[in-house]
Amino acid sequence: MMERSSNNNVVELSRVAVSDTHGEDSPYFAGWKAYDENPYDESHNPSGVIQMGLAENQVSFDLLETYLEKKNPEGSMWGSKGAPGFRENALFQDYHGLKTFRQAMASFMEQIRGGKARFDPDRIVLTAGATAANELLTFILADPNDALLVPTPYYPGFDRDLRWRTGVKIVPIHCDSSNHFEITPEALESAYQTARDANIRVRGVLITNPSNPLGATVQKKVLEDLLDFCVRKNIHLVSDEIYSGSVFHASEFTSVAEIVESIDDVSVKERVHIVYSLSKDLGLPGFRVGTIYSYNDNVVRTARRMSSFTLVSSQTQHMLASMLSDEEFTEKYIRINRERLRRRYEIIVEGLKKAGIECLKGNAGLFCWMNLGFLLEKKTKDGELQLWDVILKELKLNISPGSSCHCSEVGWFRVCFANMSENTLEIALKRIHEFMDRRRRF
Amino acid sequence: MRVIVPLQGVVQGRGGLVLGSVIPCAFFYFLQFYLKRNRRDEPVSESDPANQNSGSSSPTQSELNGLSRSLSRVIPSPRNSGAHVSVSGLANSILKGGGDTPYHVGLKRAAEDPYDELGNPDGIIELGLAQNKLSSDLVSDQNSIGLSLSGIASYEPSDGLMELKMVVAKLMSEATKNSVCFDPSQLVLTSGAASAIEILSFCLADSGNAFLVPTPCSPGFHVDVKWRNGVEIIHVPCRSSDNFNISVTALDRTFSQAKKRGVRIRGIIISNPSNPMGRLLSRENLYALLDFAREKNIHIISNEIFACSIHGDEEAEFVSIAEIADTEENLDKERVHIVYDLSKDLSFPGLRAGAIYSFNENVLAASRKLTTLSPVSSPSQHLLMSAISKPEFLQTYVKTNRQRLQRIYSEFVKGLKGLGIECTRSNGGLFCWADMRGLISSYSEKGEIELWNKFLDIGKFNVTPGSCCHCIEPGWFRFCFSNLSEKDVLVVMNRIRKVCVTCKSQN
Repeated sequence: MMERSSNNNVVELSRVAVSDTHGEDSPYFAGWKAYDENPYDESHNPSGVIQMGLAENQVSFDLLETYLEKKNPEGSMWGSKGAPGFRENALFQDYHGLKTFRQAMASFMEQIRGGKARFDPDRIVLTAGATAANELLTFILADPNDALLVPTPYYPGFDRDLRWRTGVKIVPIHCDSSNHFEITPEALESAYQTARDANIRVRGVLITNPSNPLGATVQKKVLEDLLDFCVRKNIHLVSDEIYSGSVFHASEFTSVAEIVESIDDVSVKERVHIVYSLSKDLGLPGFRVGTIYSYNDNVVRTARRMSSFTLVSSQTQHMLASMLSDEEFTEKYIRINRERLRRRYEIIVEGLKKAGIECLKGNAGLFCWMNLGFLLEKKTKDGELQLWDVILKELKLNISPGSSCHCSEVGWFRVCFANMSENTLEIALKRIHEFMDRRRRF
Repeated sequence: MRVIVPLQGVVQGRGGLVLGSVIPCAFFYFLQFYLKRNRRDEPVSESDPANQNSGSSSPTQSELNGLSRSLSRVIPSPRNSGAHVSVSGLANSILKGGGDTPYHVGLKRAAEDPYDELGNPDGIIELGLAQNKLSSDLVSDQNSIGLSLSGIASYEPSDGLMELKMVVAKLMSEATKNSVCFDPSQLVLTSGAASAIEILSFCLADSGNAFLVPTPCSPGFHVDVKWRNGVEIIHVPCRSSDNFNISVTALDRTFSQAKKRGVRIRGIIISNPSNPMGRLLSRENLYALLDFAREKNIHIISNEIFACSIHGDEEAEFVSIAEIADTEENLDKERVHIVYDLSKDLSFPGLRAGAIYSFNENVLAASRKLTTLSPVSSPSQHLLMSAISKPEFLQTYVKTNRQRLQRIYSEFVKGLKGLGIECTRSNGGLFCWADMRGLISSYSEKGEIELWNKFLDIGKFNVTPGSCCHCIEPGWFRFCFSNLSEKDVLVVMNRIRKVCVTCKSQN
């Protein structure tokens, strides 16, 4: 393990994060807390605190309960407790999140990492999706007009999620195919300098591991270099690990959590934050379940309060808590899912190879990074978009051009393979073959 | 009536008395007369406050009518003809640029012409969406949730399923006894009322701008509006001497003061029924507010989350601002936005389902995009649909809910009266606004908090002190009674009595 010297600088949070505008210390919340700690119950706790500080309507609750019980007798919508769990479910809106659900998430995240890192359920903050988690973290770690450094190519949604409402900028860390798009220390320094030259304050680095759109894991050495860099510049490191359960071979994934496990220095740990979601690994994007896992107590506390704008439905938490804490199921799921993804990846890469198309060597995710540079008439962004247009209109295939991902090299495209049947994939490959055949004839 | 303009000519010494003042004056008077006549077909009684809500014999009805008639209502102010109310810089940039990259375009095109092996073999195969369907069967088979994933696991529009929007629109219409027919395509669903208010705040105001908020107001507004957007809230205090009714004069005064300070007001935020007073706003109140908003060319956000929680006497009628907006021209409609929340009326706070209803296409378009950051969970949408889609159930629910709230409210208020504590007259919402000025040790926020602490420590009950609602007068408390049974009411009264005794012995 590398000796990581820190300058004992406490990494800062944004103005929004440290302001007391959230009103948490008001009697409104203090009273609520007192009730939570000692709630009145007619039979079991007659001397408990009666809650009249919360404008919730329970006078007609039974009408709903009865109606829904008739509609859904198997009670499948209410999670493991069945219909009796409905009342708790419907009323629960604590932004701490259901303890059982957080424990289940922590356990699931540990399993994905093969037990190489521990997750504390009390450091988990729930948000309605990873999109919300990324935005929330940005609000907390950076002020408007500050910047986050993000390696290219990156997920097109970041331009929106990280910047829209936060006013924070993205400064790209340029990566290219000469070294498989790996992040180099030189590229990091160069991006940082670019920001400084423009008088922009850099607050952190945000990576996706495994990478979207590359479909490849970030090497352990690179993660260690990244953490060093962040310590030296006294900035944050956010690791978006939403594809961590979609790595084809478990041994090939190193989470930043593993690196942090071996560190004692709090001022180093405190700058690391992980984003996770069930949308990709579990194929449940509609459920809108995301998390922020932070080693920084202030970030956890602030994120929790801020999550009130984007809470996970209590019903969803109940439904998934038992499933995710069933270790036998999760072990089986993770294993089989990895297998199926790997097989699917092999089919598409082989199929493309037969058509004369190469892909970046990938080992994770739901997509491959395909190189069509050799097909471009003009080796420019326009040339790439022209080709994209042809593929969409003539081949009727929707793939994502590298320029949407801010790739500095033209000709790369992201192709997803996990959202259709094998038959459909074969049809897509057939269309590509035919297209390549036609082009060869000219 | 603006007298400033015609006199300008005189003041500036241009055109002499005739050209400078008489002619423009005459023109203005005739214009306004014309506008007033053609404005709307309203009964003449509209202009007479005493005849409002005819049929009501309650002496307190006039006190419920609050909002003093402003001059701008009797003689309508000149319209800002052609002045569209503007949205925020953020909303504009979202409308112009967001979602135009090939990444987004491709997703849209593929969704419009999706490949299907049998049905559409020449369709577009979607290779641009990073979604994992390979192992869904494993999740479905998992017994502990016994859940069919079909139709709920995939990505869906982030602003909610149309089927749920249709049902929510029906519920909102039911709350107005169908005097408004809410259009589901003007609804944007999001994960809770807090999120809805925050999204509107981002769409209607830029950082450093402000909203006018009559106080006392809901404790949550400050966080929802201000925290992440840097938008200010400027209080417009209402007083017990006015029964805490909103006065347009006060709104106007506050607006001018803010303007002098260089602060740009972008809108007013009201609650109807009001929180914490639990008062319904009348049609007249709403027209007066809309007049004011028109005059200043600003927005109105009406927080109608308690629309189904009406409990007053039979005449008590919830009038949504949508009903008023419906009668107005497009320019005025554009400034009206409603926040709704299924959690309050339906006791479902855990499911996180709030809504924005707007007549402004730009606001709707920008809000829809922002819901990606706070969407409603899919299984919860389906659960809500099954809960509220039957019209008979809906009607029964609304009616029964109203009756039960009325009963608890009466018991509660009677109980308080028995202890010598008066409440303001309320006919909606889940709470009452109690006057405890007689019990506080000093007429100050400190005295109020001391009493609140006694309620919690000695009385063992939690209520909301007026200062949390930004009430300018100390000694008022909000009591939410809607999570009490009738038996609980007796328990509460005993506990309040216990605290009263300690206060009296100290005072």
